[in-house]
Amino acid sequence: MHPFKLERPRDLAAALAMQAQAGRTDAAAEYIAGGTDMVQLLQENVRRPDRLVSLAGLLDRRIDVTAEGLRLGAAATMADAAAHPAVVSQFPVIAEALLNSASPQVRNQATMSGNVLQRTRCPYFRDTGYAACNKRTPGSGCAAIGGENRWHAVLGGSEHCIAAHASDLAVALVALDALVHIRSARGERTVPLAVLHRLPGSTPNIETELLPGEVIAAITVPANPVARRSHYLKVRDRASFEFALVSAAVALELRQDGRIAQARVAAGGVGTRPWRLPEVEAALAGSALDRESLNKAASIAARGAQGRGHNDFKIELLQRVIVRAAEAAGARA
Amino acid sequence: MQDEHPPVPAGAALRRRDLLKATIATGSAAATAPLLTAPVPAEAKDAPVSAAPVRVSLRVNGTDHSLTLDPRTTLLDALREHLHLTGSKKGCGLGQCGACTVLMDGKRFKSCLSLAALSEGREITTIEGLANGDKLHPLQAAFIERDAFQCGYCTSGQIMAGVACIAEGHAGSAQEIREWMSGNICRCGAYDHIVAAIQDTARAGGQGG
Repeated sequence: MHPFKLERPRDLAAALAMQAQAGRTDAAAEYIAGGTDMVQLLQENVRRPDRLVSLAGLLDRRIDVTAEGLRLGAAATMADAAAHPAVVSQFPVIAEALLNSASPQVRNQATMSGNVLQRTRCPYFRDTGYAACNKRTPGSGCAAIGGENRWHAVLGGSEHCIAAHASDLAVALVALDALVHIRSARGERTVPLAVLHRLPGSTPNIETELLPGEVIAAITVPANPVARRSHYLKVRDRASFEFALVSAAVALELRQDGRIAQARVAAGGVGTRPWRLPEVEAALAGSALDRESLNKAASIAARGAQGRGHNDFKIELLQRVIVRAAEAAGARA
Repeated sequence: MQDEHPPVPAGAALRRRDLLKATIATGSAAATAPLLTAPVPAEAKDAPVSAAPVRVSLRVNGTDHSLTLDPRTTLLDALREHLHLTGSKKGCGLGQCGACTVLMDGKRFKSCLSLAALSEGREITTIEGLANGDKLHPLQAAFIERDAFQCGYCTSGQIMAGVACIAEGHAGSAQEIREWMSGNICRCGAYDHIVAAIQDTARAGGQGG
């Protein structure tokens, strides 16, 4: 582990003044909250910040469900959010995404903000033994393109990076139009979660829209009648404690006649950021909830997808996972 | 980094751990004799030049400890290398195996994923703090009864996670226990017996720590 100066500021204002920045490997200072991802990155020398600024005890950890929707304090733990009765009953896709993530120990420690800001599990990014990683070392190349890329993205990639975003929570949240409330010394600004993460393009080393001195203070999900009839389906190499090969978050509002009034669909394991699928949603609106109709709508998800060899299977699997998630969501009372 | 526990006095009973440390440090058992009177801190050779040490207060198994640590020290390394509580094991050091599981304020955590300096103010319980004197915790007894280990390396982590699993109310069916114990890997494959030990204890109303 590279040496760093550990800052334990007394209040949030002091922490913000330290100008740490998330989502870049060249940031001289980084924030640490739960630390479950950061400590791994430090241990493996992927991150070598000169200063590590602790947010412990400085951020809101409340979870509130009101008529306006859901508010997740940045420091709420995955375990607390997953077990919150109103999250379970009114936003099941979020609770399911959380319970299908990590392990009970990690869920006791990891926070909402840290989860959506976690770094990719691309093995070339995580292993400094590989020199080529544009995300870690700009201009060094991408070892995954032409390398082992079974785990990598088929949507949103570029010739510079095809690393998949790893958060299940973010997939569920982005499906439900979540907003990210960002705090800095200048005040607060709000951005849709859908645009918090950048596409890699030619600068995969810059992962988010967060500027130095900005932290996520809270994430909100506006109330929506689709949220209750929702499901998160995750397909992975082992039954538990594993990242997604492909996952889907589907939320449905049904009409009196049983057809779909409106749908929300997002996918994980396939995109370079949490991947919303608005064209699939449009195709599902007004559609019957039968296998044939769902297959047809889900086929749109594969448009523009680009396999790189080992991950070609994800393009077919993505469609099947959306269909199964929609069936499970539709079957929910 | 030196903690503020007194060094082992000359002539004190030699601990196996100190001998191992000295042996590793020199690569030769024959060369350890001069080191025995001055044990070398395991991580001394890696000490950074630019990382300022930090004062850290940890409350472990009901006892307060004041340490001065390299800020990179994980809670696991603080427990093992500074407080000499070596029951918590280091398997992967990356949160993947669960051998380092401890309780903080009654909840289970991977101590390898926590920096010691950020673990202040928590009530930390390790496997050493689980038994009541000579009376084993019911889950410890059940692990023996059910023969729930082979090599034993993952066992303290399994037991700490199992205690929390029962306390959380996630120890009903075998399937539920398997899901909620998935953060603890056993490479000997003693899973069936681990599940049985947790189930026995949960059914008997065994209390979590």
